[in-house]
Amino acid sequence: MLNLFINSVFIENMVFAYFFGMCSYIAVSKSVKTALGLGAAVTFVQVMTVPLNYLLNQYVLAPNALGEGVDLGFLSFIIFIAVIAAFVQLVEMIVEKFSPSLYNQLGIFLPLIAVNCAIMGGSLFMQQMVGTEINSVGDSIVYGLGSGIGWWLAIVMMAAIREKIEYSHIPAAMKGPGIAFIITGLMGIAFMIFSGIQL
Amino acid sequence: MKLSKNFTNPLAANNPVIVQILGICSALAVTVKLEPALVMGLSVTFVTAFSNLVMSLLRNGLPSRIRIIVQLVVIATLVIVVDQFLRAYMYDVSKQLSVYVGLIITNCIVMGRVEAFALGNKPWDSFVDGVANGLGYAFILVLVAFFREFFGSGSLLGFKILGDWYTPNALMLFPPMALIIIGCIIWVHRSINKDLQEK
Repeated sequence: MLNLFINSVFIENMVFAYFFGMCSYIAVSKSVKTALGLGAAVTFVQVMTVPLNYLLNQYVLAPNALGEGVDLGFLSFIIFIAVIAAFVQLVEMIVEKFSPSLYNQLGIFLPLIAVNCAIMGGSLFMQQMVGTEINSVGDSIVYGLGSGIGWWLAIVMMAAIREKIEYSHIPAAMKGPGIAFIITGLMGIAFMIFSGIQL
Repeated sequence: MKLSKNFTNPLAANNPVIVQILGICSALAVTVKLEPALVMGLSVTFVTAFSNLVMSLLRNGLPSRIRIIVQLVVIATLVIVVDQFLRAYMYDVSKQLSVYVGLIITNCIVMGRVEAFALGNKPWDSFVDGVANGLGYAFILVLVAFFREFFGSGSLLGFKILGDWYTPNALMLFPPMALIIIGCIIWVHRSINKDLQEK
């Protein structure tokens, strides 16, 4: 389990290895504070939706789960996205009701999360890993937590770097997304150093 | 006149990937080789075109409160069609694309075009807009894949182009290089279109 955790945070990092969640990663990494907020929200939703989708996968979608000869695997996409959208909506409503101050801080990020590929990607990868790395609900929680934290780590590091490069002399055409992509690439190369670690 | 402008604009001056920074998530991972990049580009074109068409037909009778979930259902259904088609007729490519086909659902280009264009325009205009944006996305994908396959394996579409004297640059096959190539494409594009540069 520890291995799965380390693996999903560092080696198979959502951003650097699979490019998941790049849209909001580039768009929201301009200040460390907002990056922290979005990262926390993504990690939370990831921890909740991956196990939910794991249970649905095991008891509804997997071959023969609903009876002999029934394979609903082709419905995975639509079920997963429905769970994610419904869950994000639910979180938004609960947070708005019970903690308006937190809602004001996170409010703008919550709708963004439904279309964040890191969440959908996490569930799809979880489905592929069933039977190898992931064999229980516990494993799926660990995987959701690890991949969420990996994304969080990446966006906060990126935001910190972008706050600093405000003061650097960058060619005018490179400013903004251009340099952000190249920095992400270089960070990805640095993260490749973790590959092959076994615990 | 307006229609042709709608068509050419997303291909270059207002490209969804390098100007609006949308849909990077599922884009870069499939650019190691040219063939999966082409298939992915065409799949996204199909999904954007038809989701725009369907949502544009539905736009007058649709309450705005539930539009997001209706969009997700329409898009997810189209993606399932694409996924099943690829599995049936192009099994190898579908294995290479793995979870990224499913991630077309959360591709921001698809949702973005439906929200920004299809909900306020006539069906035929929306269809053209969807095709053009999909092709703009496919163009960048193919460009990145061209450089990565050419320098990384010395081949194009699987055919050997460079002879035995060329030592393939394995770094090009690693994920971070896709980001750096995109960064360079943005650099070139913004050097030509000066009005896009950030102050």
